[in-house]
Amino acid sequence: MIHAASRQRNVIPGFTLTMGFSLLYLTLLFLIPVGGLLLYTSLMSWEEFWRAVSHPQVVASYKLSFTASLIAASINLVFGLLVAWVLVRYQFPFKRIVDALIDLPFALPTAVAGIALVTLYASTGWVGQYLNLFGIRIAYTQLGVVLALTYIGLPFVVRTVQPVLEDFEAELEEASSALGASRLTTLCRVIFPTLLPALLTGFALAFARALGEYGSVVFISGNLPYKTEITPLLIVAKAEQYDYNGAAAIGTVMLLAAFVMLLIINFLQWWSSRRFSH
Amino acid sequence: MSIRIHQINKRFKDFVAVDNVTLELPEGELTALLGPSGSGKTTLLRIIAGLEQPDSGRIEFYGEDATHQHVSDRGVGFVFQHYALFKHMTVYENVAYGLTVKPRRFRPSKDEIRKKVMRLLELVQLDWTAHRYPSQLSGGQRQRIALARALAVEPKVLLLDEPFGALDAKVRAELRRWLRRLHDEIHVTSVFVTHDQEEALEVSDRVVVMNQGRVEQEGTPEEVYDHPANPFVYQFLGNVNRFHTHIESGHARIGNLSIPAPELTDVDQKSGLTYIRPHDFEVLAEKSAENAIHAVIETVLVVGPTVRLELRTDSADELIHVELPKHRFRELGLLQGDDAWLKPLNSRIFLASA
Amino acid sequence: MSSTSTSVPLLSTPDLSHTWKRATDEPDWVRRSLITIALVFLGLFLVLPLAVVLYSAFEQGLGVWYAAITEPDAAASIRLTLLVVVFVVPINVIFGVAVAWAITKFEFPGKPLLLAIIDMPFAISPVVVGLIFVILFGSQGWLGNWLSAHDMRIIFAVPGIIIVIAFGTLPFVARELIPLMQQQGKQEEEASLTLGASGWKTFWYVTLPNIKWGLIYGVILCNARAMGEFGAVAIVSGRIRGETNTMPLHIEVLYNEYMFTAAFAVSSILTGLALVTIAIKSTVEWFESRHNAE
Repeated sequence: MIHAASRQRNVIPGFTLTMGFSLLYLTLLFLIPVGGLLLYTSLMSWEEFWRAVSHPQVVASYKLSFTASLIAASINLVFGLLVAWVLVRYQFPFKRIVDALIDLPFALPTAVAGIALVTLYASTGWVGQYLNLFGIRIAYTQLGVVLALTYIGLPFVVRTVQPVLEDFEAELEEASSALGASRLTTLCRVIFPTLLPALLTGFALAFARALGEYGSVVFISGNLPYKTEITPLLIVAKAEQYDYNGAAAIGTVMLLAAFVMLLIINFLQWWSSRRFSH
Repeated sequence: MSIRIHQINKRFKDFVAVDNVTLELPEGELTALLGPSGSGKTTLLRIIAGLEQPDSGRIEFYGEDATHQHVSDRGVGFVFQHYALFKHMTVYENVAYGLTVKPRRFRPSKDEIRKKVMRLLELVQLDWTAHRYPSQLSGGQRQRIALARALAVEPKVLLLDEPFGALDAKVRAELRRWLRRLHDEIHVTSVFVTHDQEEALEVSDRVVVMNQGRVEQEGTPEEVYDHPANPFVYQFLGNVNRFHTHIESGHARIGNLSIPAPELTDVDQKSGLTYIRPHDFEVLAEKSAENAIHAVIETVLVVGPTVRLELRTDSADELIHVELPKHRFRELGLLQGDDAWLKPLNSRIFLASA
Repeated sequence: MSSTSTSVPLLSTPDLSHTWKRATDEPDWVRRSLITIALVFLGLFLVLPLAVVLYSAFEQGLGVWYAAITEPDAAASIRLTLLVVVFVVPINVIFGVAVAWAITKFEFPGKPLLLAIIDMPFAISPVVVGLIFVILFGSQGWLGNWLSAHDMRIIFAVPGIIIVIAFGTLPFVARELIPLMQQQGKQEEEASLTLGASGWKTFWYVTLPNIKWGLIYGVILCNARAMGEFGAVAIVSGRIRGETNTMPLHIEVLYNEYMFTAAFAVSSILTGLALVTIAIKSTVEWFESRHNAE
């Protein structure tokens, strides 16, 4: 006789092995190192920490990183929705190739994206030379930072909105239309609210990714202190000068920001699954 | 007795799925586990298979304790509701799987495997599908392949979890009869789970009615249908009319109707419930019998060869459902709104639970 | 109407396709403008960067391109990158399969937390990843003295590069497999076990064929991201030419030395890899949608 098994047993084997390996790997590669950074920072005095993270140059970089990421994610919100809509609803030549290309910023190394973008948008580049005629300069300005961050965040909104749009029941639109709503009313009152959680999730993902981005930005931004210097760049600079305390302090701020973004993203996903699970 | 289930208990968090079930499944027979969803029948089946572990209790196969035996050593054939055929393998590979994964020492030769698989495919009348993939077959065909796959390992017991649940009505009825014939041919001890009483009554040698994790009644289909042990079984096996009844000195009174209740002679002045199936009424156009209830026909529904009537009695708020053959209804010449008299032919009285 | 249309003159069956509009359709001009805007946006952001890489790489002919990628430092960076991948991809594949198996086939407390932890390396800036290991293993770091006393180098050496890239690409295989295996449930595995198969045989003959495509894409993506990792490697590598420069770092060095053609030549290899990656993803999705339609 078995009495109240201590653990819910499953006939499928391998739990101990797979779970054991997973936890060991995560602990060694992820939990201990991340904990190490937090511990390292916590051993600094509060004054030292505060001095490192509130230096005007650092604060300027927060402002740039935050604002540029926000603008880039907003651009992706608008165009990502548009692209997802066009890809799901309309037919046009080479649609499958266009659809596949959406993932390019995700698969292309950021350094390659960086030199490609700066080559295109420099004042002598394919696009930059024409913008230059109107006095618009992108490379080595804050616009360049926004451009690079828009590039790397592009897949997120498209890829979160696309499946929701694909599953969207045409009956809902037909019902709205049959009840006398115009196409625009249907769009605003029926379709858009359904897409909202996915849109916000995609926005948050693009924003989180942009905050930490380094490779694609450093080439196009010009890295001028107080002007076009993003926070990750400061960490690299401090690490290269062996200023580990300064780097660790700023790195901790970024780590915490990433945790907060992850919490927000998880909340958004939980919200959307709760709202739309039948 | 081939399979003995002794005091099995299983709970999922706060939900009691199987509540102290003891059962014996006779060798070579086809037993149906019948019950509504959530009655614990599938969990019990999975415990017999070794796919779930009971919290307590004991399972014996042919006198040997199998409680701790792992599913892959238990020698059961399990047929899943949604077939669980291996999508990436052909029909042939699916059926051969159980033989090809045997340790080398026990594995039959390639030739033997081929012969056996083809024989099984002939048995399920699908030998022509051997090189197709499951996705190219219909639901009924997939289920037959799943059955052949389970039989390939010569299981001690064949377990089927709602085997026809995912099929449409016509295929279901065909497959049901086919399973009955197949079982008469191969006589492997089998248990199948269903929530469809008609299926259970038609196919099985024995029926086990389950509700809320407990066994309510077991017996041959006829025993269970004709002599339900309690109101649950009565209601679950087919449609039934229920009447609040007053019992006095061996008679049950429903309104002005009095039904003799010989089994309740020693009960007096108690309330109870009387159950009468829709086809257990005789419908009369005139009051030609003593013990008949007057009612007015509210609805007439012709469903194929039978007619379903809904009638309202003088006292009851609830409608009485009656079924009779179409030709009989024609002879009566009754129409909607007409008066009719109902004479119960068969009834069952249960005392209200104390 | 359709049954009689052959005998009726064409004029009497009005063609409704121009006047009749589906309830879910936008006017033609709206549709065309939306497609145009989307394609212009994607052209500017996706096609042009791709074009400029390939154009600049091959601008001066195949000979120059070939010379650029076979030049000793470039060749060394390619070799190093491949070496890193040989370590990183297998271990992250094993991790991805193991963690997906544990998460999708079993119930245990803390599952949402584990899922969140798997996603974390993706949310953390690559620069912070690099910094973490510099602080742990760098010469000024916690274990620096101990490591140098034992004549071991992790930072500014190959082990450091492998570690940070393993960290950065940790989630990719798992993230591909978990939803796939969740959707497939565990019935086929249970069927295999009832037929007497052992756990390994069940995994090998039943689970693996079912997750094959998702796994292939996960491996390819993990590989592409491993080869292209930049921020984290930039901190731990020290950029020693011919020794600790991976391909992306070598690209940076070449670019900063104004050797644009060479930079783009090396870039074109990684770009080709990225294109293969998205082609495989698209193929896998096509297979799956066809599979689900059956």
